[in-house]
Amino acid sequence: MNVVALLKRLGLTRTVLAAFLLGLWVLSATASSLDMSILISDCLVRTGMNGILVLALVPAVRAGVGLNFGLPLGMVCGLIGMVTVMDLAGRTMPLELGESYGMGLQFALLGTAMILGALLGMIAGWLYSRLLEAVKGQEMMVGIYVGFGSVAGASILWLLFPAKNPELIWPLGGVGLRNTLVLDGYFQHLLDRFGSFSFGNGFFPTGVLLVWVLACAALWLFFRTRIGAALAAAGANPRFAAASGIDVRSMRSLGVVLSTALAAIGIVVFSQSYGFVQLYKAPLLMAFPTVAALLIGGASVRNAKIAHVLIGTFLFQSVLTTSLPLVNDLIAQHGGAKALANVPEIARLIISNGIILYALTRKES
Amino acid sequence: MRSAPSVRGLLGQNVVPLLFATLCIAGIVAAREAIALEILAGDIVTRLGRNLFLVLSLIVPVVAGMGLNFGIVIGAMCGQIGLILVENAGWSGLGALGAAMAFSVPLSLVFGGLTGRLLNRAKGKEMITGMILAFFANGVYQMIFLLLAGPVLPLHNQKILLDDGIGLANTIDLSGTAGKLDHLLRISLLGGRIQFPIATFLLITLLCLGLRWYLRTRSGQELRTVGQDMHVAEISGIGVDKVRMRAILISTVLGGIGQILWLTSTGMGTMNTYSSHEQVGPYAIAAILVGGATVTHATIWHAILGTLLFHTLFVVAPLAGQAVFGAVQIGEYFREFVAYAVIGVTLALHAWKSRRG
Repeated sequence: MNVVALLKRLGLTRTVLAAFLLGLWVLSATASSLDMSILISDCLVRTGMNGILVLALVPAVRAGVGLNFGLPLGMVCGLIGMVTVMDLAGRTMPLELGESYGMGLQFALLGTAMILGALLGMIAGWLYSRLLEAVKGQEMMVGIYVGFGSVAGASILWLLFPAKNPELIWPLGGVGLRNTLVLDGYFQHLLDRFGSFSFGNGFFPTGVLLVWVLACAALWLFFRTRIGAALAAAGANPRFAAASGIDVRSMRSLGVVLSTALAAIGIVVFSQSYGFVQLYKAPLLMAFPTVAALLIGGASVRNAKIAHVLIGTFLFQSVLTTSLPLVNDLIAQHGGAKALANVPEIARLIISNGIILYALTRKES
Repeated sequence: MRSAPSVRGLLGQNVVPLLFATLCIAGIVAAREAIALEILAGDIVTRLGRNLFLVLSLIVPVVAGMGLNFGIVIGAMCGQIGLILVENAGWSGLGALGAAMAFSVPLSLVFGGLTGRLLNRAKGKEMITGMILAFFANGVYQMIFLLLAGPVLPLHNQKILLDDGIGLANTIDLSGTAGKLDHLLRISLLGGRIQFPIATFLLITLLCLGLRWYLRTRSGQELRTVGQDMHVAEISGIGVDKVRMRAILISTVLGGIGQILWLTSTGMGTMNTYSSHEQVGPYAIAAILVGGATVTHATIWHAILGTLLFHTLFVVAPLAGQAVFGAVQIGEYFREFVAYAVIGVTLALHAWKSRRG
């Protein structure tokens, strides 16, 4: 294959980031005491963990709504799904300390949480799409505040949530749900470990990657159905679509509903990988790195493909996952200022917001 | 455009402030056991002096049609850099406070200029661009002051640096400048329970008068014209980009000074080097909107009324949450929800109205 043509197709941002990632990996392999197999394994887990959240952005972009910064709305729905399932499980079949549910039951719990979250996400997404329809042209800005508002609103819900499972509520007279719910015994790492095999000291998280790729494939197929094609047409050229008999409003609405429901499923997958359900302010800013990952993959405000999701999530998450332990290790070995430990976080802020700024000020959008 | 005022029209125009006034009164009633009225009043006077300058700095870009300046955070950072320079030199007192403001101005002009250039490239998307720019700038700010302060930037005062001399400490004690302006001239009311900082309010009054004067000058008129219709302004020979740039420069400079006043207000006195600036944008914007401002229309009175109402709610909400639900956090999350909701609803209403033409 022609290398120049390949690089051209990949684009400058991706070529630079891929080279950067490669450089980080070479540095890790040669200069640090890090175990490469664990590092690669962590990169893969992180990619699978965030994959569906990034994918969730695609239907909204395709439908012409732009980057869906209101993703936290869907995440909150997924969180409600998980909390509900955990509470019901804890009430009906309480776990002893150190016990776990059986594999089948774990899958049932995970699946129920996803379905419940997705259903709530569809309802919330439909209402959200009504709002976006009214504010055409300012969807992204309004979306940011829908996201913020839903996180703050959900915080009140967490405080008032009528949970009985002692693992969810504070042990000594505190009010509301805990900040972080431990998924140990429920479905912690369930997908990560499913069908996984080890290499070196790390492992290949087959299940979570499989779920992600399947979801990507499903959405890819969806865009090849008649409705999917209509949705994309409505986003690409609303007037032309309307002239050819497509109901543009309902297509935009469908894009937002899909996006919100996928975000709900995405946060469930995220939490099982992470091992904890994080409530309250945790999802507040999660839309921004997610959007950045999609843009790094090559998407723009008006165009997003499944390939952008695959490339962007892997590149962005791998750079983040590698840089943190690498920098810490190098500081520990060679000395250096404590402040250097902040480099990865600073790089994350600059890269992710820089790429969003670039997308916003591009002529095309 | 304005028709004869009717009761319905007046209600409709002032629905947000009225709603908030109701919320505030309900909150005060609910929390009446927890806080005495004169203490509440004293608290609110302090908060007005602390926040008004920042909120007022948002007005000019709104008039220029650039919407709510989420990029005000950039100005706040410049203000903090001014304070960092003063603390590094080890100065204190009122002169040091003035020096910090003086240092912040050229910085604000440089970074405000960059902001203006970027926003001119993103017409119609100024608000979201400003917001993301603020996040981006936060990364750059951290890079400069965590990694370069010490080895590259000539900051040597060990009091503000981390132990190993590289990077600024997470918190910087501002006791040298804090409260200096507030304490310059004060009146005690109600036996000292309300301390009215005259000097601070004098400065704020000066700003209000200055803004009023400026918006009536030719330059201010140009600003209005651009705000009403960019194309008309262009045709009538106004350099639209230049005018918009001017608006952002003014806002950024005022934001820098406002942040210094905020950080050195009585009862503050500590700067969280890496986070004090972050919340400035959202809270100042929520405040002016609560006063009845919109994306396209903001006045000094909106700023004053809004700051008053928003900060009353800020003080009262946790207490009311405690009294009604037995949980402080409910009130805290509620006020946060309100801050986001008021911005979100205003943006939505603006977009909805402008679509209907």
